[in-house]
Amino acid sequence: MVTSVTSFSRTGLSDWLIQRVTSVILLAYFLLIAYQLMGSVDYTSWTRLFEQTWMKVFTLMAALSLAAHSWIGLWSVFTDYLTERMLGPKGNVIRLVSQLGASLALVGYVIWVVVIIWS
Amino acid sequence: MLKVSLYRYNPESDDAPHMEDFSVDTGGKDLMVLDVLELIKADYDGSVTYRRSCREGVCGSDGLNINGKNGLACITPLSETVKGGKLVIRPLPGLPVIRDLVVDMSLFYAQYEKVQPYLQNPSPAPAIERLQSPEERAQLDGLYECILCACCSTSCPSFWWNPDRFIGPAGLLQAYRFLADSRDTATEGRLAKLDDPFSVFRCHGIQNCVNVCPKGLNPTKAIGHIRTMLLNRAT
Repeated sequence: MVTSVTSFSRTGLSDWLIQRVTSVILLAYFLLIAYQLMGSVDYTSWTRLFEQTWMKVFTLMAALSLAAHSWIGLWSVFTDYLTERMLGPKGNVIRLVSQLGASLALVGYVIWVVVIIWS
Repeated sequence: MLKVSLYRYNPESDDAPHMEDFSVDTGGKDLMVLDVLELIKADYDGSVTYRRSCREGVCGSDGLNINGKNGLACITPLSETVKGGKLVIRPLPGLPVIRDLVVDMSLFYAQYEKVQPYLQNPSPAPAIERLQSPEERAQLDGLYECILCACCSTSCPSFWWNPDRFIGPAGLLQAYRFLADSRDTATEGRLAKLDDPFSVFRCHGIQNCVNVCPKGLNPTKAIGHIRTMLLNRAT
């Protein structure tokens, strides 16, 4: 058993499952957006679409899914390439700083979406 | 004449590894890559160092990177690998080189040891043997044939980056070999040790392991079965 305190859910199975479930949510959301864009889109119809509660909830779900999905993916990339094995003694510091930056950015994006959608 | 480019490194005399070229007369025969190495060692340079034993694809000693693809030198014919009259031989990638084509496989074996590759069943052994039905025995086909040559694990980027934490395709194939064994009773304990973000789930399914396995085995499929078992156990 290899433990890691920075992975999203601490267990490999949960991370794996969350990444797959969030990808389905994201696919459904982007298909909906693509479907809307295929029709005629103007400011009024776009505003009307995002004023509906279900669309606000769906958008928030998509934003949260994107954040979770991205964190699990980025965490894998960081723990592959930004390690002491790859970068020498400073590897762990570089990885933790990168993880902190990525997590702040993802939290920031989610808050931004909430402000846009619910304000 | 066949142009052969060999990876050479002697830590006692070389500052860094280098490639050394040989022109080898194969007599127009479709030799195995191991035969070419034997010719070089016998006729050109006796210091060329590599592992070999059975020379028939059973012992798994001569896993090498041959023209960019991992394989067993003893069962890889020149006609299968040589393009443009050139043969480039390097050690298996991702493991420390001891000398020339010989790598230190300690990390590989450490991962193999982690999966406890032996039958676990605390009940007293019967007088003759623990019986299996033909169907139960068939579950082990495609798993037990692994010869631990390390061609798969050393072709896997996830194993290159985390050889101390990701078990790798060879180890996971053997993990599933015992998870699938009807006589083994340690399934719960085995699965509990695998449910972390590295041991199994570092596999991203790119199937390099399947592409290079000299025995035609499918570690990616076995890893998929382990994931399913972990999922069933947790839900």
